[in-house]
Amino acid sequence: MNITFIAADGTETRVEVAAGESIMRAAVQNDVDGIIGECGGSMMCATCHCYVDDAWADAVGPQEDGESDLLDCAASEVRLTSRLSCQIKMRPELDGLTIHLPEAQL
Amino acid sequence: MQRIVIIGTGQGGQQMAASLRQEGFSGEILMIGDEPGLPYQRPPLSKAYMANGDAAALTLKPSSFYERSGIALHDATRVVRIDRPARQVVTQGGTRHSYDHLVLATGARNFRPPVPGIDAPGTAELRTLADAEAIRQRLATTRHAVVVGGGFIGLEFAAMARAADVEVTVVEAAPRLMARALSPQMSGHFLDLHHQMGTHVLLDAMAAGVLADAQGRAAGVALADGRQIAGDLVLIATGVRPNVELAAEAGLTCDNGIVVDGGLATSDPAISALGDVAVFPGPLGAPVRLESVQAAVDHARHIARRLVGGDSTPYAAVPWFWSDQGKFKLQIAGLGHGADHAITRAEPGGPAVLLFGRGRLQAVETVNAPGVHMAARKLIGMPLADLQAHDFDLRAATKACVAA
Repeated sequence: MNITFIAADGTETRVEVAAGESIMRAAVQNDVDGIIGECGGSMMCATCHCYVDDAWADAVGPQEDGESDLLDCAASEVRLTSRLSCQIKMRPELDGLTIHLPEAQL
Repeated sequence: MQRIVIIGTGQGGQQMAASLRQEGFSGEILMIGDEPGLPYQRPPLSKAYMANGDAAALTLKPSSFYERSGIALHDATRVVRIDRPARQVVTQGGTRHSYDHLVLATGARNFRPPVPGIDAPGTAELRTLADAEAIRQRLATTRHAVVVGGGFIGLEFAAMARAADVEVTVVEAAPRLMARALSPQMSGHFLDLHHQMGTHVLLDAMAAGVLADAQGRAAGVALADGRQIAGDLVLIATGVRPNVELAAEAGLTCDNGIVVDGGLATSDPAISALGDVAVFPGPLGAPVRLESVQAAVDHARHIARRLVGGDSTPYAAVPWFWSDQGKFKLQIAGLGHGADHAITRAEPGGPAVLLFGRGRLQAVETVNAPGVHMAARKLIGMPLADLQAHDFDLRAATKACVAA
């Protein structure tokens, strides 16, 4: 399965992701700039903020409990499609997912 | 400045190198550390890693990051001396590396109480990936784990072991759990939670020695009052000591850590220190040393801004901590030491303890309440009266601040 990350400056990076892996880990392990994941996915920071592409928003689903509280502290604008990428786990129906990255995480 | 050397390849050292590049430093960066492999995250070792054993998921950045960022990483290499007059560090192999600026991110090591039997094979400790791997392998065949120390690490391990159906006894010398970090109210709440998990908790229980079986392997713990707790795994989780030796031998000022100023510079302006090893001017006015990811990464960013951008703003980040114990996420914003007033509010996930000192919000402890925790981080320092106006509802108080 793969995901495409599109940075704020338009740079696209396509990475392979295994089922069950979080989008945050996929970005970090593949050295994608624009996702930090400072707390390692412990829901302690908002440095893995991402925007789910509009076409994928329904498939990915809404924010989970507590996510909006952390996103209140995000460095970039929070939109309806904002998610913490550590809380999105890869699954077959997300194969080909497009994720947009915010301008800043800090 | 041409060349910056970082001693220590933990999360703080890694962040230091990354932040120097983010701030635009174009000179050489060399990281030297005695652990093998790429820098990795320690917090999950006692939590998620113990459950899933996925070591690859701990790596902070892949090797390509160091290559493309021009960061030289010398792992499994111990620095034995800092030659300040020559501005060089000397490795165990005798290699000398020159620096224009040196950052000490040497962290801390586990404290091993000097009691008889502590060196018996079979006593475990938990700080590195190697430690965690060893414990994880043994856990499958462990029937009864005895944990010496009722702090974060000991209790995170206890919860993991209980989830794996291992019998667990926690032996704590203080009259309450996590006494160094928490209010009595929150300590009491977590004592109840660990009882509910089926953990035996012995408070006011001083470990006097590690028991050994006929083969000389650790077989339990002897208490100072004569009681003996048998167990086939003994985890020593009695806190840490900062790794100050290199700094102290080089003549830098040390006092329970390497003493730094508000810019996180040591007594030698060509050397900075960060993270677990650094004693810095704390938010309450007194010098403080914090063992946390937050301090490590915020220190690193602060040093990078000073070295590269010339930023002279004193360090003032709000400390925060977390500990996942079973299904319960304990979160702390601020520092509660010396608080003179506590207010406990009931939240859906458990109590929220608001700690005040001299009429201002000093720290907030919560359980499974990330929204309250995030609000608290923005409100530390706020006058009690202002919070009282919101009936101590921190989320409401934050929203009011934003609106105003």
